[in-house]
Amino acid sequence: MPAHDVLIIGAGLAGQRAALAAAGAGATVAIMSKVHPVRSHSNAAAGGINAALNPEDSWESHAFDTVKGSDYLGDQDAIEVMCREAPDEILWLEHAGVTFHRNDEGLLGTRAFGGASAARTYYVADITGQALLHVLYEQMMKHHRQIDSYEEWFVTALVQDDSGACCGCVCRNIRDGSMQLFSAKSVILATGGSGQCFKPTTNALICTGDGMAHAYRIGAPLMDMEMIQYHPTTLSGTGILITEGARGEGAHLYNALGERFMEKYAPNKMELASRDVVSRAEQTEINEGRGFPDGTVALDITKVPRKRTLEALREIVNIGRDFAGVDITREPIHILPGQHYIMGGVKTDVWGATPVPGLYAAGEVACVSVHGGNRLGANSLLDTLIFGRRAGEHAAERARGMRMPKASEASLQDERRAINAIVRRERGSGRRVSEIKLELGTMMNQNCAVYRDHEGLMEAHEIIRRLKEEAKTAYIDDRGTVFNQDVLGALELGYMLDVAECNVVAALVRRESRGAQYRLDFPERNDADWLKHVVLTADGADVPKISASPVAITQWQPGVRSY
Amino acid sequence: MPEYVLRIRRYSPDTGAAARWQDFTVDLEPHQSVLDGLLQIRDRQDGSVGIRSSCQAAICGSCGVRINGRPHLACHTHLESALGTSGDGIITVEPMGNMPVLKDLIVDMDAVHWKKIKRVTPWLVNSEPVPEREYVVPAQSMLDITQSMACIQCGCCVSDCLSMEVDPLFIGPAALAKAYRFVGDPRDGEHPARLKDLAQDPHGMYDCTHCFNCIEACPKGVAPMNQIMRLRRIASADYGIEDDNNGYRHEHAFVRNIERNGLLHEADLLPDSYGGKFHPRAVPALVGSLPAIVKALMRRKVTLGKALGHPHKAPDDVKRIFKVVHQRPERRELNLYVTGTEDEDEPTYARGGPTDGSSAGHTPAERSPNA
Repeated sequence: MPAHDVLIIGAGLAGQRAALAAAGAGATVAIMSKVHPVRSHSNAAAGGINAALNPEDSWESHAFDTVKGSDYLGDQDAIEVMCREAPDEILWLEHAGVTFHRNDEGLLGTRAFGGASAARTYYVADITGQALLHVLYEQMMKHHRQIDSYEEWFVTALVQDDSGACCGCVCRNIRDGSMQLFSAKSVILATGGSGQCFKPTTNALICTGDGMAHAYRIGAPLMDMEMIQYHPTTLSGTGILITEGARGEGAHLYNALGERFMEKYAPNKMELASRDVVSRAEQTEINEGRGFPDGTVALDITKVPRKRTLEALREIVNIGRDFAGVDITREPIHILPGQHYIMGGVKTDVWGATPVPGLYAAGEVACVSVHGGNRLGANSLLDTLIFGRRAGEHAAERARGMRMPKASEASLQDERRAINAIVRRERGSGRRVSEIKLELGTMMNQNCAVYRDHEGLMEAHEIIRRLKEEAKTAYIDDRGTVFNQDVLGALELGYMLDVAECNVVAALVRRESRGAQYRLDFPERNDADWLKHVVLTADGADVPKISASPVAITQWQPGVRSY
Repeated sequence: MPEYVLRIRRYSPDTGAAARWQDFTVDLEPHQSVLDGLLQIRDRQDGSVGIRSSCQAAICGSCGVRINGRPHLACHTHLESALGTSGDGIITVEPMGNMPVLKDLIVDMDAVHWKKIKRVTPWLVNSEPVPEREYVVPAQSMLDITQSMACIQCGCCVSDCLSMEVDPLFIGPAALAKAYRFVGDPRDGEHPARLKDLAQDPHGMYDCTHCFNCIEACPKGVAPMNQIMRLRRIASADYGIEDDNNGYRHEHAFVRNIERNGLLHEADLLPDSYGGKFHPRAVPALVGSLPAIVKALMRRKVTLGKALGHPHKAPDDVKRIFKVVHQRPERRELNLYVTGTEDEDEPTYARGGPTDGSSAGHTPAERSPNA
């Protein structure tokens, strides 16, 4: 049985950063991912990464913007950690080889981003996430002696010892279908988000909430699960993302009447208000009939000088041309809000540790909570790296001097049996897995989107309960062992249903509007009752058990949030 | 919605049966992608069709396949354009070439692509001293290597590399483009060692035959062949690295040959590439090439008269080009990736397909020789 000090599940930015940090601290490390690491969804973060690195800027300013952006739901102790450590992280990345944009003096250059009071976003054209991910993978190749990389391995369950501590996982080698038990002193979840619960979404097909479901199933609490970010600029139908960098470079939003409508909603920051604010503004324009017939508004990038667009927004020039047939340097492109990110996730402390001993989480799967009710653009890459590194360091520290636990073979047998049962289901025994997935995504995008209300959420919950039942008999076609992606899809559906149920239950519970949660039946923010996190645990019950956790406030008292 | 027929190359090692073709009909909009078609097949008809996919937006590099025989990202190829290149109205989809097939459209990238990437020391070797803050480097240098950073490791170029088909050990377009990402990075401290290594390797930078397939195949405009040529120019012009593969001598013989003749005089090129007709190195090379020479004569690719007495002499305008270039104090590299100027009228990317970022309106960029 493979055994490591630190086992990392997921190999995007958070996972790879954790692996490098744990290896640097002297631990033996395994990193495991259901796709090759460079296929991870960190690729998609186009615009950049925030840090108060300029001498004129300050981490306090960055932290305040983040707190305000979170609608005061973010934990300020965690936000302080992130913003304080951001500048050193940027320099670490630069030294590792990231080809950050330079200004005329050859120093690191910045661009403006939404919700920020200074231009503090560092970037590589509009492929920042991709550049970071590939450079970290370069570092993983450099340190291959210390880090065992299990590429295209799919985790089916976390394993606990008798005391309840997490001590490994059961996984399936996708290439040959064999099942394997891994032991580890510390386990770090870095599996990313759960955007596939929505359709359309900007998220990749692999973002199926695996880590959230794994943690939830062994009793770790999920927090802020109602906080789901809709990005203001996505293509209709496909959900493909147009980076906020476009607005950062000066693009404007117009409705079908040609009005620059952000004047009404955020007279100061205009298009660069927080994402929840801009998305709500667009949705209001569309709902009230001032959108285009295809249910969109227009993003006008022709305001940006053409050369600058070709240099700094090259990827979306390509996206416009290839996926919408629009030359964005010449004409506006039609966009609408689309599901993009989940602020909530597995509840952790500032070291990434969850309440389950030995289990850590970092990146989008986690909820520290630095994003609270709404994440600022270019804070997600930062979150993955800072808390990936911290989790890696802490997990390595925990492993030091500890005896290697032995994960029980029983869980391996259980998982093997469960998978065989799915593979053996007769065609026509129930619905197709893909049908259930489609119904879930379409429904979530209607009932748990920018605007929500009690009725819609109740209906959503009922539907999810039904889909959970149907998933028990859903069938697949592939009976093979090599790259049986069909059976993995059935397992992912199970994860998605668990996560979606938590999204809906948390949204039902929070009877106020804050950040990304806007309740039509409770349109005001209510600090007296709801300045707290909604926490959900499985706790053996069929539906999530609800509790609350206080918001950490250090120096910024909740104030009016206007842009 | 219009219907499209996808003919998919199926292979499952579980059954032990030989690979076969299978047709599926999908109904989708013309601007939807071949990947959308494959996913619809999986969702509605046969969930066992194997293809890697994730982002659906041409950034993750998972879904490289051959569509109608040419490598593409399935998510980045509209059904309508695939239909256009199909010839007979049936869109064929098969796994990429030059890599072993694992199942259906899934190939073993570890065995080929990643092995080659790992061959080129694919990480930054920091030049000393490492500054306390960021390295101060020209803005242009970072923009310049952004072209090779744009590589998503999809393998399309590897799939279509003709040199690799002949010499499976060839380091290949993707890995050499990765190598340029470091050689072009002023923060890297190993430029001479990297260049020497890639020049001396018999399967290294001089193994490319300029077929342009990789440039055409790349969905991200990385233009791997251009990066290989840059490696060569830097190795030979900036570092004067004379390799054992005669790459350096061949390049110089070629340039001198054109300067002299205007049109290539092939009979001179071969011996000159080995140091001249009477160089001891050239004799075995010439003897070894006899069968090829005889074959060329028999097929009338060359005639004896033309081979011995090349009738063409460089005209004045060719001489003038050489004069201008020789007089430059520094070698100039065109950065064809970031293009366009404030006041120009023609879109620079409108002339080719998605892979063509380099057609017109480029701004020449100064490239200082490696400092």
